[in-house]
Amino acid sequence: MDFNDTPEEAAFRAEARAWLEANAPKDQSVPATEAEALKRAKAWQAKRAGAGFAKITWPKEFGGRAGTPIQQVIYNQEEGKFNVPGGFFDIGLGMCIPTLMTYGKPEDLKRYVGPALRGEEIWCQLFSEPSAGSDVAGLRTKAEKDGDDWVINGQKVWTSGAHYSDFGILLTRTNPDVPKHKGLTMFYIDMKAPGVTVKPIKQINGGANFNEVFFNDLRIPDSQRLGAVGDGWKVALTTLMHERLAVGGGAGARGPDAREILELARATELEDGPAIRNAAVREKIADIYVRTQGLKYTTYRTMTALSRGQQPGPEASIGKIVSAPKLQEVSGYGMDLQGEAGVLMTGEGSEFQQSYMWAPGLRIAGGTDEILKNIIAERVLGLPGDIRVDKDLPFKDAPKGR
Amino acid sequence: MNFDFSDDQKALREQASRFLRDRCPPKAVRRILEGGDVFDRDLWKGVVEMGWTATAIPEEYGGLGLGYLELCVIAEELGRAVAPIPFASSVYLATEAILLAGSEEQKQKYLPRLAAGEIIGTFANAEGANAPSPRTIKTTFKAGKIDGTKTPVADGLAADFAVVLVRTGDSGERALSLAIVDLTGAGVTRTALKTVDPTRGQAEIAFAGAPAELLGAQGEGWALTGQIFDRAAIMLAFEQVGGSDACLAMAKDYALGRYAFGRQIASYQAIKHKLADMYVNTEIARSNAYYGAWALSTNAPELAEAAAGARISAIAAYDYASKENIQTHGGMGFTWELDCQLFFRRAKNDALSIGPARVWKEKLVTQLERKNAA
Repeated sequence: MDFNDTPEEAAFRAEARAWLEANAPKDQSVPATEAEALKRAKAWQAKRAGAGFAKITWPKEFGGRAGTPIQQVIYNQEEGKFNVPGGFFDIGLGMCIPTLMTYGKPEDLKRYVGPALRGEEIWCQLFSEPSAGSDVAGLRTKAEKDGDDWVINGQKVWTSGAHYSDFGILLTRTNPDVPKHKGLTMFYIDMKAPGVTVKPIKQINGGANFNEVFFNDLRIPDSQRLGAVGDGWKVALTTLMHERLAVGGGAGARGPDAREILELARATELEDGPAIRNAAVREKIADIYVRTQGLKYTTYRTMTALSRGQQPGPEASIGKIVSAPKLQEVSGYGMDLQGEAGVLMTGEGSEFQQSYMWAPGLRIAGGTDEILKNIIAERVLGLPGDIRVDKDLPFKDAPKGR
Repeated sequence: MNFDFSDDQKALREQASRFLRDRCPPKAVRRILEGGDVFDRDLWKGVVEMGWTATAIPEEYGGLGLGYLELCVIAEELGRAVAPIPFASSVYLATEAILLAGSEEQKQKYLPRLAAGEIIGTFANAEGANAPSPRTIKTTFKAGKIDGTKTPVADGLAADFAVVLVRTGDSGERALSLAIVDLTGAGVTRTALKTVDPTRGQAEIAFAGAPAELLGAQGEGWALTGQIFDRAAIMLAFEQVGGSDACLAMAKDYALGRYAFGRQIASYQAIKHKLADMYVNTEIARSNAYYGAWALSTNAPELAEAAAGARISAIAAYDYASKENIQTHGGMGFTWELDCQLFFRRAKNDALSIGPARVWKEKLVTQLERKNAA
């Protein structure tokens, strides 16, 4: 056992490091607006793509370097030390474009992959609906055939980045007369086309990272269909598989952790002395710390499998189910330590309050805690799926709420 | 990144697993549970023949000179099988104590016989419910003789000798020392104790002028105990991970076969989520134990932190898995007939031996403060 790179990995790490040192943006100021952040991110993405570091495992014909998954992990680790701009391209490059690569026509790939990789065009994923969240196959957005075109009507929700996206992949219902999974069809659409309206959703933390997207007689040609008519669920599973890798990989929960609680405990006075001398506080720090470290070493196990050219084991799936509830617990505990001042959203230590208001969303986005537990139970442990009372009913007859 | 066991070590685990499935089925554990003997002597003999007691002892002292990674994979399988033998006491504690603190003469005297399974050792620490510390230890060592009572001592009846935490000074961290005492000799009275886990026997040992000699320098006892427990904690964590894994397998098996309200109980989310939680806890514990194995095998400066992390997380995983395994079995889980109790008992036994979670959490945060200050 050791934590060392193989000679090949070390060489790649050195190459990535050297390139990052020479090229990572020097400007470390916080962008004043989202538009400014987007501008910086696009410039960095173009540079990264030009050097073949944007998507390391992609084939060379698509601008990748036909590298290995462990090289991608190594690059991510090195880039993580440089505070580069980002966050706008992950869904497009992590989920939408891979779906296009599986189901798109050669001319689609020629047209869309390059601009997406270079950050010139941004993609979003249009799956969730007001009445279809965890059970996304219950969606109601209609696509109706009209000559060689399809006409789309309905509404999506929780669409990250829809307001700055150029394109999106869209899951629709094309046949309500068959059971829900069988009547779906996937398309890609131009987000700027007439008939598409994007409205930001204000969240409980005051931010607006997500959108509602409305379709009013959006007309698209049949050539924008991905996969066969009625095969949309199969296509969506390809996308969601990539989502689990992207969001569920464990990196999701950025925010205060054991280290920050430790620092806060050293800096904060309780009635009888510094919080760090209090036995209850110390127990809590230890509890948090072992979960953080356990996740970190689980990632090392995954990396080891990748380094050996093997598939990671099922333990790779535990990231978000540990990190999201932990973020909620840690941020709430940090506020408890601050006592009455814990309510303050500004000033020193307010990262706990910021995370506290964000954590409920993290426990839902990209698969709720409950769905993730179902996935572990069914795919890792081999337990039976839930009974589905709507399984054999035509979608139009299936029980529905509001 | 090479944070996994080697193919050879995995083969050793597989071999250990096969051996224990054959030689340590639940029936064998239950024989000890029900008072058949102090420990499973046949199994112990087999384990010795497999060379497991010699694993980490250097060849110059009659051992196999393999590393701690090998011992860790064996530990995981012993935990999975709830093996009713004094392996932890003799191998993780007594052998480690002598390796760590023994004089050349003591190593020559004890290690070859420990490796060959001719003698069994243990570690005598507790004196009742007060937390052992330089403030509370009363057993004394003066002029080559021990006086006082240690209770409970794990495998106190099975062991031939004990490493004993004794008072040699008045106060402060240097008030304690370690001493080796022959438990079969004069001045030693041993009494079996009734415990929650009879598959790992405990005894009260009263010393009345029992002849003994120091292990390590006088005044080093408290520091040495910490180091020995750190090493034992990592191997014990592997036993606990093995036990948790076994609970999950047992709960899963039962939930798939049991029907209620017309369907397998394994199809209800209340059960599925419970089992998913067992899995997640066990994997977190396993990853922390791996880090401990790395620290132990390289004698890394992070050893104390790694040991505490492995132990805290292993205690939590086994505690949850052993309780929820019973819960998943419903009423049957509460019967003497089913084997849920074996894990339930062992989980608590392992959680308390070498000190409860509270002690290790304190140890961990002390390490973190030290690291932070450095």
